[in-house]
Amino acid sequence: MSISTDIDERFRAAAAAEGLLDVAYDVFDDTAVGPLLVGVTDRGVCRITFDPEPERELELLARLYGPRVLRASRPVDRLHRELEEYLAGRRRSFDVEPDLRVQPDFYKRVLAELALVEYGETTTYGALAARSGNPRAARAVGTVMNRNPVPIVLPCHRVVGANGSLTGYGGGLHRKELLLRLEGALL
Amino acid sequence: MIPPFETFYELHRDEIHRFLLRRLGRERAEDAFQETFLRALRAYPRLEHGAHLRAWVFTIASRIVVDDARRRRPQGELPELVTEDGLPAFEELAPLTDDLPPKERAAVVLRYGYDLTYDEIGAALGSTESAARQAASAGVRRLRKEQQ
Repeated sequence: MSISTDIDERFRAAAAAEGLLDVAYDVFDDTAVGPLLVGVTDRGVCRITFDPEPERELELLARLYGPRVLRASRPVDRLHRELEEYLAGRRRSFDVEPDLRVQPDFYKRVLAELALVEYGETTTYGALAARSGNPRAARAVGTVMNRNPVPIVLPCHRVVGANGSLTGYGGGLHRKELLLRLEGALL
Repeated sequence: MIPPFETFYELHRDEIHRFLLRRLGRERAEDAFQETFLRALRAYPRLEHGAHLRAWVFTIASRIVVDDARRRRPQGELPELVTEDGLPAFEELAPLTDDLPPKERAAVVLRYGYDLTYDEIGAALGSTESAARQAASAGVRRLRKEQQ
Protein backbone atom coordinates (compact mmCIF):
# COMPACT_ATOMS: atom_id res chain seq x y z
CA MET A 1 0.00 0.00 0.00
CA SER A 2 1.38 3.41 -0.93
CA ILE A 3 1.19 6.40 1.34
CA SER A 4 -1.49 8.96 0.60
CA THR A 5 -0.70 12.06 -1.40
CA ASP A 6 -1.64 14.14 1.66
CA ILE A 7 1.00 12.60 3.89
CA ASP A 8 3.56 12.76 1.13
CA GLU A 9 2.90 16.41 0.27
CA ARG A 10 2.82 17.36 3.95
CA PHE A 11 6.32 15.97 4.42
CA ARG A 12 7.64 17.72 1.31
CA ALA A 13 6.16 21.04 2.41
CA ALA A 14 7.57 20.68 5.94
CA ALA A 15 11.03 19.82 4.60
CA ALA A 16 11.04 22.94 2.44
CA ALA A 17 9.55 25.17 5.15
CA GLU A 18 12.25 24.12 7.61
CA GLY A 19 14.93 25.09 5.10
CA LEU A 20 16.37 21.56 5.06
CA LEU A 21 16.82 21.21 1.29
CA ASP A 22 19.94 21.73 -0.78
CA VAL A 23 17.77 21.73 -3.91
CA ALA A 24 14.00 21.74 -4.28
CA TYR A 25 12.97 20.55 -7.73
CA ASP A 26 9.85 19.89 -9.68
CA VAL A 27 8.85 18.80 -13.16
CA PHE A 28 6.45 20.96 -15.16
CA ASP A 29 4.96 18.50 -17.60
CA ASP A 30 3.03 20.60 -20.05
CA THR A 31 4.68 23.92 -20.77
CA ALA A 32 4.70 25.48 -24.24
CA VAL A 33 8.25 24.15 -24.64
CA GLY A 34 7.47 20.64 -23.36
CA PRO A 35 8.41 19.09 -20.02
CA LEU A 36 10.86 21.06 -17.88
CA LEU A 37 12.68 20.01 -14.74
CA VAL A 38 13.55 22.99 -12.56
CA GLY A 39 15.80 23.15 -9.51
CA VAL A 40 15.87 25.93 -6.94
CA THR A 41 18.27 26.57 -4.03
CA ASP A 42 18.02 29.17 -1.28
CA ARG A 43 20.00 31.45 -3.61
CA GLY A 44 17.94 31.08 -6.75
CA VAL A 45 17.34 28.94 -9.83
CA CYS A 46 20.18 26.48 -10.37
CA ARG A 47 18.71 24.22 -13.04
CA ILE A 48 16.27 24.16 -15.93
CA THR A 49 16.33 21.07 -18.15
CA PHE A 50 14.32 20.28 -21.28
CA ASP A 51 13.01 16.71 -21.69
CA PRO A 52 14.56 15.67 -18.38
CA GLU A 53 15.64 12.21 -17.30
CA PRO A 54 14.87 12.80 -13.62
CA GLU A 55 17.15 10.09 -12.23
CA ARG A 56 20.20 11.52 -13.95
CA GLU A 57 19.25 15.07 -13.06
CA LEU A 58 18.84 14.28 -9.37
CA GLU A 59 22.25 12.60 -9.23
CA LEU A 60 23.78 15.64 -10.86
CA LEU A 61 22.05 18.11 -8.53
CA ALA A 62 23.09 16.06 -5.49
CA ARG A 63 26.70 16.02 -6.64
CA LEU A 64 26.80 19.76 -7.32
CA TYR A 65 24.75 21.18 -4.44
CA GLY A 66 24.43 18.49 -1.75
CA PRO A 67 22.38 15.29 -1.30
CA ARG A 68 19.21 16.84 0.13
CA VAL A 69 17.44 17.02 -3.21
CA LEU A 70 13.67 16.68 -2.91
CA ARG A 71 10.65 17.39 -5.09
CA ALA A 72 8.73 20.23 -3.48
CA SER A 73 6.30 22.53 -5.21
CA ARG A 74 6.27 25.53 -2.89
CA PRO A 75 9.89 26.69 -3.44
CA VAL A 76 9.51 26.51 -7.24
CA ASP A 77 6.10 28.25 -7.35
CA ARG A 78 7.46 31.64 -8.25
CA LEU A 79 9.68 30.33 -11.03
CA HIS A 80 6.76 28.28 -12.36
CA ARG A 81 4.56 31.36 -12.49
CA GLU A 82 7.23 33.47 -14.18
CA LEU A 83 7.92 30.78 -16.79
CA GLU A 84 4.21 30.45 -17.57
CA GLU A 85 3.89 34.22 -17.92
CA TYR A 86 6.95 34.43 -20.15
CA LEU A 87 5.81 31.57 -22.37
CA ALA A 88 2.36 33.18 -22.69
CA GLY A 89 4.02 36.40 -23.85
CA ARG A 90 3.07 38.33 -20.70
CA ARG A 91 6.57 38.69 -19.23
CA ARG A 92 9.77 40.07 -20.75
CA SER A 93 12.30 39.45 -18.00
CA PHE A 94 12.67 37.22 -14.96
CA ASP A 95 12.71 38.39 -11.35
CA VAL A 96 14.07 35.09 -10.00
CA GLU A 97 17.84 35.09 -9.61
CA PRO A 98 20.07 32.43 -11.14
CA ASP A 99 22.32 30.52 -8.71
CA LEU A 100 25.60 30.11 -10.61
CA ARG A 101 27.88 29.37 -7.65
CA VAL A 102 29.17 26.05 -9.02
CA GLN A 103 30.00 27.45 -12.48
CA PRO A 104 33.64 28.08 -13.43
CA ASP A 105 34.71 31.76 -13.57
CA PHE A 106 34.68 31.97 -17.35
CA TYR A 107 31.10 30.60 -17.39
CA LYS A 108 30.05 33.12 -14.75
CA ARG A 109 31.46 36.00 -16.80
CA VAL A 110 29.84 34.88 -20.03
CA LEU A 111 26.49 34.12 -18.37
CA ALA A 112 26.52 37.53 -16.66
CA GLU A 113 26.92 39.17 -20.09
CA LEU A 114 24.25 36.91 -21.54
CA ALA A 115 21.82 38.11 -18.87
CA LEU A 116 22.10 41.62 -20.35
CA VAL A 117 20.84 40.62 -23.80
CA GLU A 118 17.33 42.04 -23.91
CA TYR A 119 14.02 40.44 -24.78
CA GLY A 120 13.45 40.40 -28.53
CA GLU A 121 17.12 41.17 -29.31
CA THR A 122 19.77 38.80 -30.58
CA THR A 123 23.55 38.83 -30.39
CA THR A 124 26.32 36.62 -31.79
CA TYR A 125 28.72 34.21 -30.14
CA GLY A 126 31.62 36.47 -31.20
CA ALA A 127 30.03 39.62 -29.78
CA LEU A 128 29.29 37.90 -26.50
CA ALA A 129 32.89 36.62 -26.38
CA ALA A 130 34.15 40.17 -26.90
CA ARG A 131 31.94 41.53 -24.13
CA SER A 132 33.18 38.78 -21.82
CA GLY A 133 36.74 40.03 -22.37
CA ASN A 134 37.99 37.51 -24.92
CA PRO A 135 37.01 38.35 -28.54
CA ARG A 136 38.53 35.13 -29.91
CA ALA A 137 36.56 32.84 -27.60
CA ALA A 138 33.42 32.57 -29.78
CA ARG A 139 33.67 28.78 -29.82
CA ALA A 140 34.13 28.59 -26.04
CA VAL A 141 31.11 30.87 -25.65
CA GLY A 142 29.16 28.39 -27.81
CA THR A 143 30.07 25.68 -25.33
CA VAL A 144 28.94 27.82 -22.39
CA MET A 145 25.60 28.43 -24.16
CA ASN A 146 25.21 24.72 -24.80
CA ARG A 147 25.78 24.00 -21.11
CA ASN A 148 23.78 26.93 -19.76
CA PRO A 149 22.37 25.55 -16.48
CA VAL A 150 19.28 27.78 -16.61
CA PRO A 151 18.11 28.25 -20.22
CA ILE A 152 15.15 30.61 -20.82
CA VAL A 153 15.93 32.51 -17.56
CA LEU A 154 19.41 33.17 -18.96
CA PRO A 155 18.51 33.69 -22.62
CA CYS A 156 21.03 31.64 -24.60
CA HIS A 157 18.34 31.35 -27.28
CA ARG A 158 19.14 35.00 -28.13
CA VAL A 159 22.65 34.11 -29.28
CA VAL A 160 22.96 33.28 -32.99
CA GLY A 161 25.69 32.75 -35.59
CA ALA A 162 27.52 35.69 -37.22
CA ASN A 163 25.59 35.05 -40.45
CA GLY A 164 22.27 35.12 -38.62
CA SER A 165 21.73 31.35 -38.62
CA LEU A 166 20.33 29.85 -35.43
CA THR A 167 23.36 27.51 -35.18
CA GLY A 168 22.41 25.32 -32.20
CA TYR A 169 20.52 25.04 -28.94
CA GLY A 170 20.87 22.72 -25.96
CA GLY A 171 17.11 22.18 -25.95
CA GLY A 172 16.89 21.55 -29.71
CA LEU A 173 16.71 24.10 -32.54
CA HIS A 174 12.90 23.94 -32.75
CA ARG A 175 12.73 25.39 -29.24
CA LYS A 176 15.20 28.15 -30.01
CA GLU A 177 13.05 29.08 -32.98
CA LEU A 178 9.88 28.96 -30.87
CA LEU A 179 11.36 31.26 -28.19
CA LEU A 180 12.71 33.75 -30.73
CA ARG A 181 9.34 33.84 -32.50
CA LEU A 182 7.57 34.32 -29.18
CA GLU A 183 9.80 37.36 -28.55
CA GLY A 184 9.24 38.69 -32.06
CA ALA A 185 12.95 38.36 -32.91
CA LEU A 186 12.10 35.97 -35.76
CA LEU A 187 9.37 36.55 -38.26
CA MET B 1 28.12 8.25 -2.52
CA ILE B 2 24.82 9.06 -0.81
CA PRO B 3 21.83 8.92 -3.17
CA PRO B 4 19.72 12.05 -3.65
CA PHE B 5 17.27 12.26 -0.75
CA GLU B 6 14.33 11.93 -3.16
CA THR B 7 15.55 8.49 -4.25
CA PHE B 8 16.04 7.34 -0.66
CA TYR B 9 12.66 8.75 0.39
CA GLU B 10 10.72 7.17 -2.50
CA LEU B 11 12.34 3.82 -1.81
CA HIS B 12 11.47 3.67 1.89
CA ARG B 13 8.44 5.88 2.55
CA ASP B 14 5.82 3.16 2.04
CA GLU B 15 7.41 0.52 4.24
CA ILE B 16 8.19 3.06 6.97
CA HIS B 17 4.61 4.22 6.91
CA ARG B 18 3.34 0.63 7.11
CA PHE B 19 5.66 -0.05 10.06
CA LEU B 20 4.45 3.07 11.90
CA LEU B 21 0.81 2.25 11.13
CA ARG B 22 1.20 -1.15 12.75
CA ARG B 23 2.91 0.27 15.80
CA LEU B 24 0.99 3.48 16.37
CA GLY B 25 -2.31 3.45 14.51
CA ARG B 26 -3.36 5.77 11.73
CA GLU B 27 -3.44 9.11 13.48
CA ARG B 28 -0.15 8.98 15.35
CA ALA B 29 1.57 7.22 12.45
CA GLU B 30 1.10 10.30 10.33
CA ASP B 31 3.01 12.59 12.72
CA ALA B 32 5.63 9.93 13.33
CA PHE B 33 6.12 9.60 9.58
CA GLN B 34 6.82 13.32 9.22
CA GLU B 35 9.16 13.23 12.16
CA THR B 36 11.05 10.18 10.88
CA PHE B 37 11.84 11.70 7.52
CA LEU B 38 12.52 15.17 8.88
CA ARG B 39 15.07 13.68 11.28
CA ALA B 40 16.54 11.66 8.44
CA LEU B 41 16.76 14.80 6.31
CA ARG B 42 18.52 16.74 9.10
CA ALA B 43 21.11 14.01 9.55
CA TYR B 44 21.44 13.16 5.85
CA PRO B 45 24.40 15.41 4.93
CA ARG B 46 26.45 13.90 7.77
CA LEU B 47 26.15 10.33 6.45
CA GLU B 48 29.44 9.07 5.18
CA HIS B 49 28.12 6.53 2.73
CA GLY B 50 24.90 5.21 1.30
CA ALA B 51 25.13 1.70 2.76
CA HIS B 52 22.61 0.48 5.36
CA LEU B 53 20.17 3.31 4.66
CA ARG B 54 17.18 1.04 5.15
CA ALA B 55 18.31 -0.12 8.59
CA TRP B 56 19.21 3.46 9.41
CA VAL B 57 15.76 4.89 8.65
CA PHE B 58 14.07 2.02 10.50
CA THR B 59 16.26 2.82 13.49
CA ILE B 60 15.03 6.41 13.39
CA ALA B 61 11.40 5.30 13.07
CA SER B 62 11.81 2.80 15.93
CA ARG B 63 13.27 5.46 18.16
CA ILE B 64 10.27 7.68 17.48
CA VAL B 65 7.93 4.78 18.32
CA VAL B 66 9.80 4.23 21.61
CA ASP B 67 9.65 7.95 22.44
CA ASP B 68 5.95 7.98 21.62
CA ALA B 69 5.32 5.00 23.90
CA ARG B 70 7.31 6.60 26.73
CA ARG B 71 5.26 9.73 26.55
CA ARG B 72 2.02 7.79 26.65
CA ARG B 73 2.62 5.14 29.26
CA PRO B 74 3.16 5.66 32.97
CA GLN B 75 6.79 5.71 34.10
CA GLY B 76 8.40 2.39 34.84
CA GLU B 77 6.44 0.31 32.42
CA LEU B 78 9.14 0.39 29.77
CA PRO B 79 12.72 -0.67 30.30
CA GLU B 80 15.08 2.25 30.81
CA LEU B 81 17.34 2.56 27.83
CA VAL B 82 19.97 4.80 29.40
CA THR B 83 23.20 3.07 30.38
CA GLU B 84 25.42 3.93 33.32
CA ASP B 85 27.52 6.59 31.64
CA GLY B 86 24.40 8.35 30.48
CA LEU B 87 24.60 7.49 26.80
CA PRO B 88 21.45 5.91 25.40
CA ALA B 89 22.10 2.27 24.58
CA PHE B 90 21.49 2.72 20.88
CA GLU B 91 24.17 5.38 20.63
CA GLU B 92 26.68 3.12 22.29
CA LEU B 93 25.75 0.26 20.02
CA ALA B 94 25.84 2.14 16.76
CA PRO B 95 29.64 2.51 16.42
CA LEU B 96 30.30 -0.99 17.77
CA THR B 97 28.10 -2.56 15.14
CA ASP B 98 29.45 -0.57 12.20
CA ASP B 99 31.09 -3.56 10.55
CA LEU B 100 28.16 -5.95 10.75
CA PRO B 101 26.16 -6.82 7.63
CA PRO B 102 23.20 -4.41 7.45
CA LYS B 103 20.48 -6.85 8.44
CA GLU B 104 22.41 -8.19 11.43
CA ARG B 105 23.34 -4.68 12.47
CA ALA B 106 19.75 -3.49 12.33
CA ALA B 107 18.55 -6.54 14.27
CA VAL B 108 21.19 -6.09 17.00
CA VAL B 109 20.58 -2.35 17.36
CA LEU B 110 16.79 -2.70 17.37
CA ARG B 111 16.88 -5.60 19.85
CA TYR B 112 19.51 -4.41 22.31
CA GLY B 113 19.49 -0.67 21.67
CA TYR B 114 15.75 -0.11 21.38
CA ASP B 115 14.45 -3.17 23.15
CA LEU B 116 12.04 -4.06 20.37
CA THR B 117 10.64 -7.60 20.31
CA TYR B 118 11.69 -9.97 17.52
CA ASP B 119 8.21 -9.71 16.16
CA GLU B 120 8.56 -5.94 15.84
CA ILE B 121 12.05 -6.20 14.41
CA GLY B 122 10.76 -8.65 11.82
CA ALA B 123 8.15 -6.08 10.85
CA ALA B 124 10.72 -3.28 10.74
CA LEU B 125 13.00 -5.25 8.47
CA GLY B 126 10.25 -6.57 6.25
CA SER B 127 10.95 -10.16 7.25
CA THR B 128 9.74 -12.56 9.94
CA GLU B 129 10.13 -12.95 13.67
CA SER B 130 12.39 -15.98 13.31
CA ALA B 131 14.56 -14.31 10.66
CA ALA B 132 14.97 -11.33 13.01
CA ARG B 133 15.94 -13.64 15.86
CA GLN B 134 18.48 -15.38 13.66
CA ALA B 135 19.95 -12.09 12.38
CA ALA B 136 20.34 -10.72 15.90
CA SER B 137 22.05 -13.82 17.21
CA ALA B 138 24.30 -14.06 14.16
CA GLY B 139 25.23 -10.41 14.74
CA VAL B 140 26.03 -11.01 18.39
CA ARG B 141 28.15 -14.07 17.52
CA ARG B 142 30.05 -12.02 14.98
CA LEU B 143 30.62 -9.21 17.48
CA ARG B 144 31.93 -11.70 20.05
CA LYS B 145 34.33 -13.10 17.48
CA GLU B 146 35.55 -9.60 16.63
CA GLN B 147 36.14 -8.84 20.29
CA GLN B 148 38.49 -11.77 20.66
